[in-house]
Amino acid sequence: MSARDEILRRVREAVAGLDPDPDPVVAPVGATTADPVAHFAERVADYRAVVVRVVAQGLAQAVAEAIPAGERVVVPPGLAEEVRAGVPEAIVDDGLTAADLDAVDAVVTACRVGIAETGTLVLDHTEDQGRRALTLVPDRHVCVVRADQVVADVPDAVALLDPDRPLTWISGPSATSDIELDRVEGVHGPRQLHVIVVDTEG
Amino acid sequence: MTGTFVGMPAFPEAARAALADTQLRHNLAHATATIRGKRAAVVGEVEDWESLRLAGAAVKDRALRDLDQQLVTLEEQLTARGATVHWARDAAEANAIVADVARAHAVEEVVKVKSMVTQEIGLNEALEAEGIAAWETDLAELIVQLGEDLPSHILVPAIHRNRAEIRDIFRRRMATAGRPAPADLTDEPAVLAAAAREHLREKFLRAKMAVSGANFAVADTGTLVVVESEGNGRMCLTLPEVLVSVVGIEKVVPTWAELDPLLRLLPRSSTGERMNPYTSTWSGVTPGDGPQEVHVVLLDNGRSRALADDVGRQALRCIRCSACLNVCPVYERTGGHAYGSVYPGPIGAILNPLLKGTGVDEQTDALPYASSLCGACFEACPVRIDIPEVLVELRSQVVDSHREDRVPKPETAAMRGAGWMFGDAARWARLGRVSGLVGRVLGRVGGRAGPGGRRTLSRLPGPAAAWTDARDLPAPPRESFRAWWRRTDGRLDEEDQGR
Ligand code: SF4
Repeated sequence: MSARDEILRRVREAVAGLDPDPDPVVAPVGATTADPVAHFAERVADYRAVVVRVVAQGLAQAVAEAIPAGERVVVPPGLAEEVRAGVPEAIVDDGLTAADLDAVDAVVTACRVGIAETGTLVLDHTEDQGRRALTLVPDRHVCVVRADQVVADVPDAVALLDPDRPLTWISGPSATSDIELDRVEGVHGPRQLHVIVVDTEG
Repeated sequence: MTGTFVGMPAFPEAARAALADTQLRHNLAHATATIRGKRAAVVGEVEDWESLRLAGAAVKDRALRDLDQQLVTLEEQLTARGATVHWARDAAEANAIVADVARAHAVEEVVKVKSMVTQEIGLNEALEAEGIAAWETDLAELIVQLGEDLPSHILVPAIHRNRAEIRDIFRRRMATAGRPAPADLTDEPAVLAAAAREHLREKFLRAKMAVSGANFAVADTGTLVVVESEGNGRMCLTLPEVLVSVVGIEKVVPTWAELDPLLRLLPRSSTGERMNPYTSTWSGVTPGDGPQEVHVVLLDNGRSRALADDVGRQALRCIRCSACLNVCPVYERTGGHAYGSVYPGPIGAILNPLLKGTGVDEQTDALPYASSLCGACFEACPVRIDIPEVLVELRSQVVDSHREDRVPKPETAAMRGAGWMFGDAARWARLGRVSGLVGRVLGRVGGRAGPGGRRTLSRLPGPAAAWTDARDLPAPPRESFRAWWRRTDGRLDEEDQGR
């Protein structure tokens, strides 16, 4: 008997007599808040990420200010023109190798969803966010979140996201607590996370 | 501590050794208290934690109730999205599958993201036997691997090591595995983490193949989920050309939407954070992004046996958050190595016998007794596994599996001895009277100082001897309670004669 058939047979025997439960479990609703965008900004800052809030007109300048002078920047091919304007010298990713990415200092991307309760950015790696490697190898990640992309809690995000796309949920910079449980920011992922929240109305 | 878990001494001996190691106890007490505090704070923020726990438990139970169907769906969905699905009955089969993939690509090394299941099957050793180096990339796992040590905690495998020990391990061993530690390495955690970053980055950038586990596997979308902090997981899941994920068959979550309660429960229970720094999800192959060859090994290795146990089945809900370890008074004092298994602490005490069966080895049979049954683990568990209930059930299974033995198990003898002593009021009174005398004698000849300077006895005579095989018994007071009551009529201002 193949391993597959044998495992399935053992499992079938083990659950014989149990009734399947056809209906998906409905979890309790998530947290709500009167001002999710402010809540989001506060929670992201809790991870010692830099958070700034700007109006649409100030976006390019905020992006430019997020990058220290002289840093080499890469951007995904579909990044919106208003964001690109802040990093006119940026290299556009056209399938750079990991070693190429290792040689740049920063990356600027959009995101798909922001989760207020947990201070999380979710990337679904479409054209304005780029391949997964893009936001992983460079040491500084500048991420632009539109206020209307922010949802209150995890269930709201799960409902919006497409499971067929690869997703990266980011909550603060890369971190470890493996040595005497002292939190150290910056291990293998970006050490600096800079979030720009763009207020959509005014 | 070197070597493997196999053939380690059973819990009582290992625990006695661990208890004598004051550095270990200090490291552990600090670490578990810190995590407990952080966890309590973020769990307290969630308004309806109990309903969330119930939902988390229900999701995992729903997957288990018709696991055969769920697995078939998972396989279908993974395959439809370009992954290759393999099935492995046991460790040897799983290891052989991973080694075959490595050989097919002629790789001599793989990078690994921390995974309990690959430790369970001894993958690193199996690959090494094939001439393939498996590099652990989680900082704590790196410390354990370089130190030729064993992990002692699910979440923080090097919890038993302090910063000075880690610096020492890096200085001695990094050079043998790749980029050496910088000459001016200090024991600052940030400096140590930076050294690990440099050491591992060259491996990430050149690795052709990675091996991972998965925290969850969503059946209806063929999505695998890995939850981590350092970004080493993202490196492994993204940069290499080939990815092999070894996934226990109990990791199934039926639908995408049902991931929600689990993603809310896990980070808060585990690291005491609202959300862990990185969660990666992927379904099969994404053209132009990440590994273009993806394998998934669905592993049984005793899980179907656990599934067949009506009481023990709930242990398969475990999401490996390690909250039960951090609240366990036994774990806090003995550390993870004493359990002699990949899964330590309360969950290990039930999972190991459930996966392996009782009556097969002494090490495993000792585990259901490695608990005070205080219930703290159940309170902490985000998916409401009633660990004490399963422990009690497994104790009876251990006893049953030894009924035919000529020499009774020490635990059985201990329980009989204790039962004999406590079972009869008259006998107890007599013993109490005698113990006043016995206490005076033993206090002189056999006693030693216990915590707080209290005299303890390491070994009792008579039928109760087995009880003290694994426990220190406080030395009886010189005067029995009954005698004291008769003399003083229970007046509390009387000087305590017993001390
Ligand atoms: S048994 Fe519960 S508390 Fe323990 S590791 Fe598993 S999920 Fe966490």
